[in-house]
Amino acid sequence: MGAAVGRRRRASVDQGGCVACGCCVKVCPLSAIQVVKGITAQVDKGRCVGCGKCAKECPASVITIEEATA
Amino acid sequence: MNRTKKWYDYLWIASLTYLILGFFNILFAWLGLLCFFIPLLIAIIGGNKAYCNRYCGRGQLFTLLGGRFGLSRRRDVPRWMKSRAFRYGFLVFFFVMFFLMLWNTYLVFAGAQDLRQVVTLLWTFKLPWHWAYRGTLFHPGTAQFAFGFYSVMLTSTVLGLITMVLFKPRSWCVYCPMGTMTQLICRTRNGKV
Repeated sequence: MGAAVGRRRRASVDQGGCVACGCCVKVCPLSAIQVVKGITAQVDKGRCVGCGKCAKECPASVITIEEATA
Repeated sequence: MNRTKKWYDYLWIASLTYLILGFFNILFAWLGLLCFFIPLLIAIIGGNKAYCNRYCGRGQLFTLLGGRFGLSRRRDVPRWMKSRAFRYGFLVFFFVMFFLMLWNTYLVFAGAQDLRQVVTLLWTFKLPWHWAYRGTLFHPGTAQFAFGFYSVMLTSTVLGLITMVLFKPRSWCVYCPMGTMTQLICRTRNGKV
């Protein structure tokens, strides 16, 4: 394997604005996002591939897709 | 979707049926209390928002109409609408209106006011609804509560439909008083106020 340094996309939740409705959980194809204790959604950074489905679905638009060096 | 559908994915049928039943017999409105007590009990006992996350039929209905049927513009909700000030303010307003409805019910029970066979939409417009009432075995006050409660349910559905069209399908979830209240309960219960 070569040392491919890519930029990985990840979903990120503005937890202060999250209403914990769970719309993101329903559309995530990898079960990489959960609503924790009814307070806010949390992304499992290990699973998330940054497809953006949750961001598109979020009614409060508090999920953004961020790029980070892998 | 990454999973097979469960029974609770079809609760939108229950929400739709509830709204339709209100056109035939207003006393069915009492069933709407389930939408109040179940989320509260889940939040208080379970400490989570499983009701919003899984069982909310109204949310599913908005997803279906706004998503699959494409009746939503899919725009972001305005910033003020998702602010805590608006969400908590709307919760308080909703509560005040709810208690006003309870007060009117009490007045009918106490015999100080006659039964009003109207459904009040958006807390303002009084729609005649006499066709859905053919008497009750109980006190007329029980019917007054049904008219009042159905008004609350219809008003919130209409508001939700408006914001569904204007913004994202489940925009109602952003300012839903039950959602705000259960999140507040979960915050308090889990020490994150």
